[in-house]
Amino acid sequence: MKVYLAVAIAALSPFALGSQFLVNLAVLTAFSAYLGQAWNIAGGFGGLTSFGHAVFFGTGAYLGAILQTRFGLNPWLGLPAAAAAGGLVGFVLGAAVFRAGLRGSYFALVTLAAAETFRVLANSLEITRGGLGILVPGAPGFWNFQFLDRRGSYAVVLALLVLAMACAAWLGRSRFGARLIALRENEDAAAALGVDLVRTKTLALALSGALTAMGGVIYVQMFLYVDPTIAFGVERSLEMLLVAMVGGAGTLWGPLLGAVVLHGIADSTRVLIDKPGIAPMLYGVLLLVVIAFLPGGIAGAFRAKPARA
Amino acid sequence: MPSADIVIAALVNGLLTGGVYALIALGLTLIYGVLHIVNFAHGSLLMVAMYGAWILSAWMDPYVALPLMAAVMFVVGWALYAGVIGRIGRGDDRTILLATLGVAVVLDNLALVVFTGDTRTIETPYSFDMIELGPLLLSTPRVISFGVAMLLACALWAFMALTDTGRAIRAVAKEKEGARLVGIRPARIFALSYGIGIACLGAAACLLLPTFYVSPQVGNVFVLVSFTVVVLGGMGSFPGAVLGGLIIGVTESLGGLFLGESLGQIGISLVFIAVLLFRPAGLFGARA
Repeated sequence: MKVYLAVAIAALSPFALGSQFLVNLAVLTAFSAYLGQAWNIAGGFGGLTSFGHAVFFGTGAYLGAILQTRFGLNPWLGLPAAAAAGGLVGFVLGAAVFRAGLRGSYFALVTLAAAETFRVLANSLEITRGGLGILVPGAPGFWNFQFLDRRGSYAVVLALLVLAMACAAWLGRSRFGARLIALRENEDAAAALGVDLVRTKTLALALSGALTAMGGVIYVQMFLYVDPTIAFGVERSLEMLLVAMVGGAGTLWGPLLGAVVLHGIADSTRVLIDKPGIAPMLYGVLLLVVIAFLPGGIAGAFRAKPARA
Repeated sequence: MPSADIVIAALVNGLLTGGVYALIALGLTLIYGVLHIVNFAHGSLLMVAMYGAWILSAWMDPYVALPLMAAVMFVVGWALYAGVIGRIGRGDDRTILLATLGVAVVLDNLALVVFTGDTRTIETPYSFDMIELGPLLLSTPRVISFGVAMLLACALWAFMALTDTGRAIRAVAKEKEGARLVGIRPARIFALSYGIGIACLGAAACLLLPTFYVSPQVGNVFVLVSFTVVVLGGMGSFPGAVLGGLIIGVTESLGGLFLGESLGQIGISLVFIAVLLFRPAGLFGARA
């Protein structure tokens, strides 16, 4: 119980911060945690290591931006639309890939190729304005998810994060989650017990995709711009994977820890050595260290201790 | 509709590019065939080799540097496998993939720190030379690169087919325990195979550099391409990698011609997805 209280206080503390700079760090960290948790639902709980989750993020980002700039649709309506689109992409991709029996590395590479396909499309089509990208007009206000005070953005991202955490917690205790985890641990055994492999994995990917796509809509309202690389680039997919893997894939708190650690590294190295590449290089080292010594990530390390004692 | 001459020119240029793709993919398919590792660091190691060739170009021509770079990359690959990937992997497919991803992230960003994000090219006296072949005007360095890449592919094949070491590698690839029983040390063969696979990248880097650029992200360009080639040819298949490389080179070139520079890139990722969904064994793969 103490832990929950501490997390709640930490999560709410940015509202008391006067410095917009610090609140902004909190926004970015919470946003990474949100996307990491969305990845974790498929990649962690389901063991579906995706190298291309940007395919969902970008779908949501572009859909939100296009609906708003071309059709004047409010981003509050863009949010469910993006969730539906992200879920659909996840469903179609999952149905095709899992029906073909692809898993492990092959699944990772197919998601990478899917994101790359969408990137090329966004770069070439007229409706996405090609490489120019889409500028979203700035119109601060609650109804646009745009806030002059960063604490407003923080409230929105925090609400999303709570939603994603709730989904992850649900996976941890529901029958669906149990089926998904059983498939991750031993596909043949789970299938023998009657778990529908294609259906379970596909739904997990669709849920993960829907959440990720909603993040895309909010991203566009925060930064007012999207282009093919921001939306579908490899960096986006990798960040989501790193946050979840480093923090602890398949754990409830992992993505939160991962986001705090990775943003901590990014901001402290920026102060010490301001050179592009240092922070992501350390992320890579951290990933290697985690998979070598802490298979459960940082969260797993905490959990393993009492079990061993 | 482009005229026949232009289509033929695109076709031949695609073949020339495909030759180097084939060499890159040979390394990848060797590593997969023997170690069953999906080497996601392949593109990043090619990038490292290209920076190596770029640095050496101050003293020697990239074609002269080829044997040296291949040897250097062999050592890099050996050390990387023995020191990092082989230790971390623990034989689990997903863990090994993530380990090679981690290596790729580290290398890409290390290059960004050391060389900055600038795009580098080299000038050789022959960079813009052309060979006239009937109606075709072909870039001389690309023709040379194609020829050398095909020659190296044949050499690698001969090495695998005719030498004792090649036989040992094939034995380990087929039946690890059996190979151990007849006195082959699989751990050494694994490091050796990874080294040879990466040595292919050293050679490919020298062949690419006279007509290509190098930047810290250049590996991304080749990752999906080389995986597509390997999957199309059949994971672990040598002739598949060569044929796949040529097909993908042509696909890319014709895609650019008919769909435009931007949309044309879609061909590779679509071929990749389609092969995995509908014919995962590829053209020459034995595994279904």
